[in-house]
Formats: sequence, structure tokens, C-alpha cells
Amino acid sequence: MAVLVVAAHDGKTVRANVANAVAAAGQMDAEVHVLVAGSNAGEAAKSAAAIQGVAKVLQAEDAAYANWLAEDIAPLVVKLAPNYSHIVMAADSVGKNVAPRAAALLDVAQVSEAIQVVSPDTFVRPIYAGNAMATVQSTDKIKIVTVRPTNFKAAAGGGSATIEQIEGTGSAGLSSFAGAELSKSERPELTSAKIVVSGGRGLQSGENFKMLETLADKLGAGLGASRAAVDAGYVPNDYQVGQTGKVVAPDLYIAIGISGAIQHLAGMKDSKTIVAINKDEEAPIFQVADYGLVGDLFQLVPELTAAIEKK
Amino acid sequence: MKVLVAVKRVIDYNVKIRVKADNTGVETANVKMSMNPFDEIAVEEAIRMKEKGAATEIIAFSAGPAQCQETIRTALAMGADRGILVQTDADLQPLAVAKLLKAVVDKEQPGLVIVGKQAIDDDSNATGQMLAALLGWSIGTFANKLNVADGSVEVKREVDGGLENIKIKMPAVITTDLRLNEPRYASLPNIMKAKKKPIETLAPDALGVDVAPRLKTLKVEEPPKRKSGIKVKTVAELVEKLRNEAGVI
Ligand SMILES: Cc1cc2nc3c(=O)[nH]c(=O)nc-3n(C[C@H](O)[C@H](O)[C@H](O)COP(=O)(O)OP(=O)(O)OC[C@H]3O[C@@H](n4cnc5c(N)ncnc54)[C@H](O)[C@@H]3O)c2cc1C
Ligand SMILES: Cc1cc2nc3c(=O)[nH]c(=O)nc-3n(C[C@H](O)[C@H](O)[C@H](O)COP(=O)(O)OP(=O)(O)OC[C@H]3O[C@@H](n4cnc5c(N)ncnc54)[C@H](O)[C@@H]3O)c2cc1C
Repeated sequence: MAVLVVAAHDGKTVRANVANAVAAAGQMDAEVHVLVAGSNAGEAAKSAAAIQGVAKVLQAEDAAYANWLAEDIAPLVVKLAPNYSHIVMAADSVGKNVAPRAAALLDVAQVSEAIQVVSPDTFVRPIYAGNAMATVQSTDKIKIVTVRPTNFKAAAGGGSATIEQIEGTGSAGLSSFAGAELSKSERPELTSAKIVVSGGRGLQSGENFKMLETLADKLGAGLGASRAAVDAGYVPNDYQVGQTGKVVAPDLYIAIGISGAIQHLAGMKDSKTIVAINKDEEAPIFQVADYGLVGDLFQLVPELTAAIEKK
Repeated sequence: MKVLVAVKRVIDYNVKIRVKADNTGVETANVKMSMNPFDEIAVEEAIRMKEKGAATEIIAFSAGPAQCQETIRTALAMGADRGILVQTDADLQPLAVAKLLKAVVDKEQPGLVIVGKQAIDDDSNATGQMLAALLGWSIGTFANKLNVADGSVEVKREVDGGLENIKIKMPAVITTDLRLNEPRYASLPNIMKAKKKPIETLAPDALGVDVAPRLKTLKVEEPPKRKSGIKVKTVAELVEKLRNEAGVI
């Protein structure tokens, strides 16, 4: 039986992490379908059809799906589930909201945030902020799995799957959408950026984050932060990297004024190269850093920005 | 309105985790246990609702071994009114916990259930969503701000791109995110008072719930270690290494 990947999208394209989820799904079964549920989601469905490895896209049009309310999307997933061995979603804020609801309605467990597919019923997932790796085997007939996108190389484009229109399931009438306050940024999205510049409490203010923005723009980098920087209001919540924020694994991660608490490390220690700038030479961040620079960030960051500019 | 809060006993977030030598799990003997930090936020939110007159009674729920009594006592000391412990030594997974919570909800009929978005031990991020599904209730996950009014809750949610506002019908399940509030510490007089508050102990069987795990844990291992790096002396040296050694800029 095939695998169904449930795709989040913005109406125009599916999220970049859907290609990672498709790659993970392909390791569970050779036949991968993608569900694109939405209101006017035709373009998004086309973008899903272009992902290699996708055999079929199911497009469900329903006004109720416009804002991805779990109460309305989960019943559609449940309706389709009997045709599939696995239901897969990226472990982002949509997947984490919708997948467990569908799992409970189907009376099956969820494998949360798998980082490896060992076999179609066995997965590796991090527990305790990534300080232990559990290999778990699902005994359920339908397996609901959220996957950590950074652990699966995105499937390439250039595919041409068929798109099939399916019926929606309507609104459950339990919840309604009342607007979003999204962070506007021209910078690359944090979880898919090749380079990430992150700041912590050491920055001392939101104003000082401008310094990191300048550095990030020179590098074409995304901008992240520690929980302490978010809690203090220096930057919005969606900047948070860590166990309870976003997980990133860029080629280069630059941690500035971040001490390196295990909860923060959980979100970035799979980065290829890690740089830490911190005035405390004992800071735990240096234990995971490939290159550590001890000193005052207010002096070093402008220096670094200038040095990169020079080429 | 009654509010039910779930409080899980977990290894304290400051403890350095050690994987057992036989790879069956992590070492839990003689380590400091605490209430899951997201559940402290849940308890705090319920107390604030009671202080504002939106809630009349707060029930703290925990499932697990007898020591979960201590976790419930902490919630009672913060300001919850009574506790319910579903006592079992079984390996409880989110679906089982959600079923236990549902059985308690059926009995107690709360208007809101508030749980943490994720337990910092198993990191599943699933229990609240599953409970809402089993009850057929609405769900407000990753709550950053709540406003209870006229049979519904306005929930500001922390999502990938920033914040999102939804309005959900009550009864409802809420899962807490970090910025919802800053939990209070229990005062000494309140810790003393909490000793007299009632805790009811139930067995999963009595609630008619099968808690058998659906996921079999085959092994638990240490994560791969990063090889240790070096300290560079100057920005120039750093940039040289990033260009020529790591090749990342
Ligand atoms: C339930 C829970 C979940 C959590 N989830 C997360 C999470 O997802 N992500 C996360 O990041 N944290 C998380 N945390 C918080 C985590 O435990 C730490 O408190 C947090 O990461 C610390 O942030 P920080 O490193 O910015 O601040 P601090 O620990 O205060 O470190 C600041 C650092 O800046 C350095 N510094 C100060 N001034 C300068 C200067 N002028 N020049 C150079 N260096 C300087 C200091 O030496 C210090 O090392 C969580 C905690 C809990 C309890
Ligand atoms: C002794 C023991 C050994 C275990 N060994 C393993 C093991 O080897 N492998 C394994 O996969 N699992 C094991 N578990 C189960 C595991 O630790 C989790 O309890 C379970 O999987 C739930 O996942 P979670 O807490 O991450 O759920 P989440 O969905 O992240 O929890 C979210 C919220 O649900 C509520 N909640 C969850 N559980 C409880 C609870 N018990 N009581 C009250 N509220 C709760 C809390 O409000 C919490 O913030 C064990 C449990 C125990 C007690």
C-alpha cells in the first residue's frame, strides 16, 4: 500500500519541507501520494506534482481548508487513511497540530519527529532534547509519522505526477481563523537556509540584533535566536532554535552571545560547521563548536562583517 | 467552569541525561525529577483564570508511578484545588495518556483542559491534540495568549511564521507554549496548605482504559558525538578557516 504525505502550503506552493517529507516517505514505500487540501490550492497542487517520487497528488478543494484548522483537516486525512500504510507529515507547526489529531481519531500511535527510517515499521527518533536516540517499532496497521525535515535530503524537482480532484469533508464548525501576525523578512527561511546567524541574551537588546542582520545579509543567511533572546522580546517567537523551537542543520551556524544550553544545542548540533562567539571561554557552546572565538561580540561581529565584505 | 490541567513528572531540565548501558532507556534512578516546565505554564494559566473569575475549580491530573503525587502536590501548592492520579508503572505513551485524560474529562466535565505542548522527556508533542480528537473538541495548540469569552476562547498561537489567531468553541483543549506566562513559585504557606488538599487515586482499569503501548522501544542509544573543534585567535583566522578549511563561505 502507498504512503500519503499531507502537505502544508500557502496556496501557491507547498512548503519546501514537503520535498523532504516525500523523500522520507519514499523509504517507507515505493508509491508516494501527496494530499494538498485547501481553498484555491491548484497552484500548490501543481508544485507538489513536480516533486520527484510523487506518483499522484490528491487535491481537495473546500473553503474549510483555507486556514489549516486541525479540526477540519484531520477528518479528511482519516477518510483517506484506509487506502494507505503510512501517513507522513513534516514535523513543523502544521504537522504537529494535525497529525496527532488524525492518529487519535484512527486509534493509532504517532511516531513523532522521526530522523531515520530503519524499515517500514521502525524509526529512529530523538528523545530528551536529542540526548538519546530511541529506535521504535510501530505495531499499528496505519502508521502516522512526522519526520524532521533536516534529516532527509529533499527530493528533486522535475516530476510530473497526475493531479486528482477529491471531495472535501466540510467544516466541523468548532474553530475559526482570525488572522495572523507573521514576521516579515526577505532573508532565507530559518529551517532551509544554508547559513544561519543566531543571537542570544548576550546581544542585550532587540536594537543590537541589527548588527546580526547586517552580518546575515552579507552572508545570505537566515536569522535565529535562543529562547532567552525571544523571551526578552529582542526578536519574534519564530526565531527560536532548539528543543522546543525550530531544528536547523545548515552548512554553517554562527552562535553569537549564546551559552549553549542543551535545549538550544538540540536545535542546531546537526549543523555541518558551527562557529561560536562568546566572551566566556568556558561556555558550553564551545564544546560543539568547530571554530570558537573568545571575546566581546560587540567588537567581533562588526569585524567579522567587515572581513567577509572584503572577500 | 472547571479547568483540568495535566502535570507530568519528568527528569528535571537541568539534569544531564545518561543512556543506560543496556540501551533500554535512560538512567532515572537518583536523578532529580520535576514537573514538566510546559505543565507549570498550564497550571499558572488555570490559576490566573480562577483569579479573574473565569474558572471556579482547578483539577491537576497526572498519570504514572506513585511518585507523581509529588508533581500533583506542586500543582496544588501553586494553586490547584485537588488532584487526580492515575497510578500505573506501565510505559505510558501519548495515546494512552489521552485516553486516561478523556475518561477523567467524561467524569469531571471541565470546560477547558490545559496541557503542555510537549513533555521534555519524550518530546512527543501529541497528547493534547489526541485528547481533543478523542473528545471531538476544538484545539488551540502552542498557545501564546488566551482570552476566554462567551463560550469560546481566543487563542494566539506560536507558529512557524510568527503568530496566528484562532477562535475556538468551548469546551476545548489548550496546549501551552513558552511565552504564555511566567509560572509562579509556590509560597511556603501554600505548600503547607497543599498537604491538606485531596488527591484521588485511580487505576487505568477502573477507567476502562487499555494503556498497552503501540510503539515498541527496540533500543535507546547515545547520539553521535561531534568531534571537538578548535579555538581561533582572530576574526581573520576564523574567516580564513571558513573559506579554505570548511569551505562554507
Ligand atoms: C522547557 C524549556 C524549553 C527550552 N527550550 C529552548 C529552546 O528551544 N531553545 C533555546 O535556545 N533555549 C531553550 N530553553 C532555554 C535554555 O535552557 C537556556 O536558558 C537558553 O538557551 C539560554 O539562552 P542564551 O544562551 O541566549 O542566554 P545565556 O545562557 O544567558 O547566555 C548568554 C551568553 O552570552 C555571552 N555573552 C554575554 N555578553 C557577551 C558579549 N558582550 N560578547 C560575547 N558573549 C557575550 C555569555 O558569556 C553567555 O554565554 C528552554 C528551557 C526550558 C526550561
Ligand atoms: C517509567 C516510565 C518509563 C518509560 N519508558 C519509555 C520508553 O522506554 N520509551 C518510550 O517511548 N516511552 C517511555 N515512557 C513513556 C514516555 O516517557 C512518555 O510518557 C510518553 O510517551 C508520553 O509522551 P510525551 O510525554 O512526550 O507526550 P507529550 O505529548 O509531549 O506531552 C504533552 C503533555 O501531555 C501531558 N502528559 C503527557 N503524559 C502525561 C502523564 N503521564 N501525566 C500527566 N500529563 C501528561 C502533559 O501536560 C504534557 O506536557 C516511559 C514512561 C514511564 C513512566
